[in-house]
Amino acid sequence: MTPNGISRTIGRYRRVARDPLLLFVSMLTLASLILFVVYPIASVVLQSLKPGDSYSFAAYAETLKSAYLRTAFYNSLMMSALTALVGTLLGFLFAFAVVRAKVPLGKFFNGIAIIPIVSPPFIGALAIIMLFGNNGLITWNLLKIQNFPIYGFNGLFLAQVVTFFPVAYMTLKGVLESMNPVLEDAALNLGGSRTKVFLKVTLPLALPGIASSILLLFVETLADFGNPLILAGSKFPILSVQAYLQIVGMYDLPKGAAISVFLLAPSLIAFFLQRRIVGRKKYTTVTGKPQTSTGKIVSPGARTFLFIACLFISALVALIYFSILLGALAKVWGYDHSLTLEHFKFVFGVGFKAVRDTLMIAGIATPIAGVFGMVIAFLVVRTRVPGKKLIGAMSILSFAVPGTVIGIGYILAFNHKPLALTGTLAILLLNFVFRYVPVGIESGTAILQQIDPSIEEAAVDLGADARRTFSKITLPMIVPAFFSGLVFAFVRAMTAVSAAIFLVSSRWNLMTVHIMSQVESGNLGAAAAYSVILVVIVALAIGLIRLLLKARYGRFGGAMLHF
Amino acid sequence: MSVRLVDVRKEFPDPEKAGGIMVAVKDMNLEIREGEFITLLGPSGCGKTTTLRMIAGFEIPTTGQIWINDEMVNDQPPNKRDTTMVFQSYAIFPHMSVEQNVGFGLELKGRPKGEISAEVAKVMEIMGITELGKRRPDQLSGGQQQRVALARAIVNKPRVLLFDEPLSNLDAKLRETMRVEIRRIQQSFGITSVYVTHDQDEAMTVSDRIVVMEKGLVMQVGSPFEIYSRPSCKFVADFIGKVNLFPVKTLSLGEDARVRDRRGIEVPVGSADPALKEGDDALLMVRPESLSLSKAGAVDKESSVEWGSGRVIKSVYLGSVIEYELDAGYDKPLMAISHDPVNGEFFKDGDEVSFSFSRRAAHILPLR
Repeated sequence: MTPNGISRTIGRYRRVARDPLLLFVSMLTLASLILFVVYPIASVVLQSLKPGDSYSFAAYAETLKSAYLRTAFYNSLMMSALTALVGTLLGFLFAFAVVRAKVPLGKFFNGIAIIPIVSPPFIGALAIIMLFGNNGLITWNLLKIQNFPIYGFNGLFLAQVVTFFPVAYMTLKGVLESMNPVLEDAALNLGGSRTKVFLKVTLPLALPGIASSILLLFVETLADFGNPLILAGSKFPILSVQAYLQIVGMYDLPKGAAISVFLLAPSLIAFFLQRRIVGRKKYTTVTGKPQTSTGKIVSPGARTFLFIACLFISALVALIYFSILLGALAKVWGYDHSLTLEHFKFVFGVGFKAVRDTLMIAGIATPIAGVFGMVIAFLVVRTRVPGKKLIGAMSILSFAVPGTVIGIGYILAFNHKPLALTGTLAILLLNFVFRYVPVGIESGTAILQQIDPSIEEAAVDLGADARRTFSKITLPMIVPAFFSGLVFAFVRAMTAVSAAIFLVSSRWNLMTVHIMSQVESGNLGAAAAYSVILVVIVALAIGLIRLLLKARYGRFGGAMLHF
Repeated sequence: MSVRLVDVRKEFPDPEKAGGIMVAVKDMNLEIREGEFITLLGPSGCGKTTTLRMIAGFEIPTTGQIWINDEMVNDQPPNKRDTTMVFQSYAIFPHMSVEQNVGFGLELKGRPKGEISAEVAKVMEIMGITELGKRRPDQLSGGQQQRVALARAIVNKPRVLLFDEPLSNLDAKLRETMRVEIRRIQQSFGITSVYVTHDQDEAMTVSDRIVVMEKGLVMQVGSPFEIYSRPSCKFVADFIGKVNLFPVKTLSLGEDARVRDRRGIEVPVGSADPALKEGDDALLMVRPESLSLSKAGAVDKESSVEWGSGRVIKSVYLGSVIEYELDAGYDKPLMAISHDPVNGEFFKDGDEVSFSFSRRAAHILPLR
């Protein structure tokens, strides 16, 4: 380091040291991220390298030797890649139809696409079993086919596409909306045919968004646990489920950890590729007149096709939720469809503790995650504290890592002193907080980047220190984004299963885990009833926060909550 | 309150080269007197905003010292410096009313509510924004936001008032009104002020002294008159307005300063840059408005130095003036501005003309 470089560094530290609160908060953040994000993941890697008393690659060798696990690795990658491609295709179709073609019922289609995002990720699997399974409404009741081969590739693929295409839709909707439609009009004006304009202007402009969506879906499908646990079956092994079975079924920690590492590697690669694509995107502020799409890019024929395709997909989604509702009310699914409230009585009676626990855990964890996320976003975007890049990278890590890996990491890291947390409420809370901090960071960062930094500088200039700048200037400006992030984190916390399934205990259990075990024991009615209640709670929470924001922030409030 | 910059240097990591360093301000020395209005003027990237931000405390000098009065403030964070800034984007807090914005600084100082509202009301009246008190920032026009930003700064009676290109987002008419306004406010409060702009007209209007900067270096410090009519180098001469420069040799300096041009013609000049010595090669500067044109051979030799003749190659009629370009055998066309076209003479493209200038309008400066 040059002498000037040294004095620069010293100057920076000296400046930060003058604001002790800032230094304290950043150090605390750094320490907690190391302890609750990095340490558990490192524990998984370490465990995988230490099958006995000494370090070796034996666990990996054993994993690779097993043809079954090799198949699982291949299956996971293939399933994720296919879901990513088909899901993105459907998402694009949907987004293009709603944003560009302006098909009728656009609002309705938008609503349909949001439902799977705000409901537990395994609802698709549950409904598919109810529709196409051994006692399926369609396969058995309608077509009289017994033992329809829904377990394995077919069923899982269908479930994954239905679960994840909305994520692609949301991503691509944003991309298409931010694309200036005047560009398309200009290309048409220059004499391009509609097909040409689509292929040469629209598609290339959307390409980074499409690539980003494909990678995002790949990561999410790879990490998914609920759908494969219900639908994969033994003939179509999937990595996340195998890791779980190794640990919970066979108590083979090193092997479970080794499988997790095989799951972790492709996830991280795809995740950071996706980050790079998104990072390259330039954020431009929209100025001047709002530019609305004239929709001339789409021919009447194409619009009709898009409309029918959207109707078809929406019908499928609607069918899934309808069957869940029906399942919750039917006496014995597949045999006796007379209506009953028995399953709900069960949930509100014997199973109500899980509802209460889930609400409490999500209710405590999300605000903490939200505030923590905002603080980190502020530190990373706005201050010059040392280690801020590390803070940003570490907090995003818990987003990139599959829940299964995190779950295993937590039981490995916190089952001994000084932090013997397994089986406690604390381990679930900590897991949820650190798992959903990135949601807060994402929304906080996005809004902070839109706020001119000189607004905060002005406050400092007028005599405010870091604490007062944050509480009087920054916080009020980011509150709407904060709540929007909060709702999203709450939804994720209510519907999470992959990491939590390792951490629940008889004392503290979750609705999602209960649903999984009801499905496993064949009690589809109870599972469906739980799911319905879960969806209702989430919908109520979203509606409540939306109302609060609207009351507090008037006409801006509703628009700021992006759901 | 005086501000002193001693050997102030600021380096940034080069964004284009890993490990590289970009020097934004190079060993700058400057003394700003109490109550003075000083402007940092220069093209974008010259280091003027960085200098301002160092005085405010948003950037820390890599080396060197910044003094406010008798206090070295390098280590003082911006919130402890008692300097207030008017930002280019105004930086009005969007979630507060105009009154709350203006009173924010006093509120932070913990002043009693009654005192705050009295002070705020007084300043808002001076700024002519009394009736805007309850408005939200998004209901204000650009000029109104500008006034709010200025009111918010001066209500604190800061030791130093800083302006970061405050008028660049306004339209031309409003810019002219506001710069007179800013000067008036500064004078009535007598606050030491540092103003950053790249607009030379703005700098001329508001400043007691102008600091012309380029590539992190101070090129010249002087009153608007000095900067414009006695530039110390080619960059300053070029940057402030239009200019004609002729290569000459210095024959004598002092009262009877004379130069000889390349054709061997000797001319008396009104002033010379102090850096010049007898016998130096130099540049003779004449501003376009000091170059008077007449029909070929009809120069009044009593009052002016006849310099040469040429042909009109371009004339632009602007109403109050006519701008001419002449081909007189130099590398670049000469520029001349003729005022009061109604009473004066018109020349057309292709006309042969003589040009002359008064001795006082001629200034010589070093080649570099």
